[in-house]
Amino acid sequence: MTATSDQPSARISIGDLRGSPARRRRELIVRMLFLAAASLSIVISFLIIVSLAGQAWTFISGVDLALIVERGWFPRRDLYSIQTIVAGTVTVATIGMLVAAPLGLGAAIYLSEYASSRVRRTIKPILEILAGIPSVVLGYFALQVISPTIVDPICPGATEGFNMAAAGIGVGILITPLIASVAEDAMYAVPRSLREASYGLGARKRTTSLKIVFPAAVSGIVAALILGFSRGIGETMVVSIAAGATGGSLFTVNPCEPGQTMTAAMTALATGSDQVRGATLAFPSLFFVGLVLFVFTLVLNLVADRFVRSFRIRY
Amino acid sequence: MASTPRAQAMTGAEAVRRSIEGGRTDWRSVAFQGFLVLLLVLTLAVLAWLLVVVFVNGVPVLAERGVDFLFSPLASRPAEAGVGQAIVGSLYLMLFVALISFPLGIGAAVYLEEYAHDSRFTRLINTIVRNLAGVPSIVYGLLGLAIFVVALADFTGGRSLLSGGLTMAILVLPIVIITSAEALRAVPGAIREAAFGVGATRWEVVRSHVLPYAAPGIFTGTILSMARAFGETAPLILVGAVVGGFNVEYDNILGTLQGRYTALPTTVYDWARKPPSFSGNVYAAIVVLIVVLLLVNALAIYLSNRFERRW
Repeated sequence: MTATSDQPSARISIGDLRGSPARRRRELIVRMLFLAAASLSIVISFLIIVSLAGQAWTFISGVDLALIVERGWFPRRDLYSIQTIVAGTVTVATIGMLVAAPLGLGAAIYLSEYASSRVRRTIKPILEILAGIPSVVLGYFALQVISPTIVDPICPGATEGFNMAAAGIGVGILITPLIASVAEDAMYAVPRSLREASYGLGARKRTTSLKIVFPAAVSGIVAALILGFSRGIGETMVVSIAAGATGGSLFTVNPCEPGQTMTAAMTALATGSDQVRGATLAFPSLFFVGLVLFVFTLVLNLVADRFVRSFRIRY
Repeated sequence: MASTPRAQAMTGAEAVRRSIEGGRTDWRSVAFQGFLVLLLVLTLAVLAWLLVVVFVNGVPVLAERGVDFLFSPLASRPAEAGVGQAIVGSLYLMLFVALISFPLGIGAAVYLEEYAHDSRFTRLINTIVRNLAGVPSIVYGLLGLAIFVVALADFTGGRSLLSGGLTMAILVLPIVIITSAEALRAVPGAIREAAFGVGATRWEVVRSHVLPYAAPGIFTGTILSMARAFGETAPLILVGAVVGGFNVEYDNILGTLQGRYTALPTTVYDWARKPPSFSGNVYAAIVVLIVVLLLVNALAIYLSNRFERRW
């Protein structure tokens, strides 16, 4: 320990510490492989945008623009009114939010503030099961059960069970678990010290939940609602089955009537129920609608992301 | 504790609460809590209602037709139509998803969690992955349609199993990345530091320390993402899963890959649009679908509990 080594062979250089070149080469190769896998996500995004934009441009440049702003989506007659299908989408998604927001937020507040850990352990997996129900199942349920049982009594003279209200309720059931889980995460993340301070001042649980925890978690709750709405806009199968209007639809926001949403319009175009012999614009119109949908949901998700990040940072 | 007989009937805690709350019941709080419970019960009741309707209508059909339903191909008469081709198609699609998106997704997650520095590039990839996970599934169908069905038609065979499988793999990829990254993040830093401390290279650390410890979480995540892909319909419809009926026998792998196919959720969708004579079939197919999903989810939960490590 006290001997000083002044022999050159005993001095360690960086080259000795580096290890064998073969090992380093392998490290580099592995690193490049993983980097390639990660970069694939960029490639996919790029491909989505390119494939949508290319065909969408074909559509825009080919279609008579006057026909877009007219009302009524009837691809067979070359009537491509974007506002019709957007109106349908927003109607269905709004009804879905009217169903899902109370149910989801109520479940979230209860699970986060009131439920014992045993109740949480039982209820959360059940909500996961609800989240795992495929949308086709919910769509058929909406058509066969929700429409006759819930919508028919409310809507006068419903047509054959296809209506946007049933689809909206189905979409609402679908997005309830999403809203519940994001909102519950947000409320759970509120530090206990805030609640303890409130209780220490003599507030009851109800006051604490509504006036302290809820406002503290509001950015996460808003994110939950935005994400739910975005999911509701992008939902395809429930509306394809239950909202009707496969032949096309007039502009309507009446939930008791059948209506066409962006996603159902795309499905109809792709399966050929709206394709016309020799019509060249049906195929590109599919991509145009898809691009509009993509932009909508992207914007909504980015906004929601901003809200989520703000509540994560604070705590 | 007072010595009067009336006070002796209350416990100390009750006496304190009484004096704070003033002896009146706070009906607003009770109503609020009751309202919350009502909302929760309503949500659960809807789920129960759905399951009851599905099983009550579907199980008799299954009981009546038995295994024949599970093996019959699609047909135009409901009494002959079965989900055999659909199940085979769905299984093939899941195979694609497993073979393509699991290695790519886990690899990407390893890069993002273990190798990447906190640079603009890394943050960009993270944002992109998160946004891709939120894109509606039908947009992936458009991607598959434009690229695999149309642009690469010579290679994939157009509306073929290959196109469908690749589309589903891309659909599932962001979710696999996110769940794997979460599993990797859960491994304590001390494990890595210990391995670095004895002179391991980064890949050796990942291979021998991080991945084995994160494996249960990654495995659970991949099973759950496969379950999600199993129930997806919209992209498959766009990419050309058969709706209607088809009866082709393939004698080699390439023929199968480049040939038509169908899947269980798309079969449900197709039958749902048919006349009411098919409604029993629809419910029976839904029962099959839900049972498979429940089994897969239960398997994932069981495995994650069995292999879970507590730090």
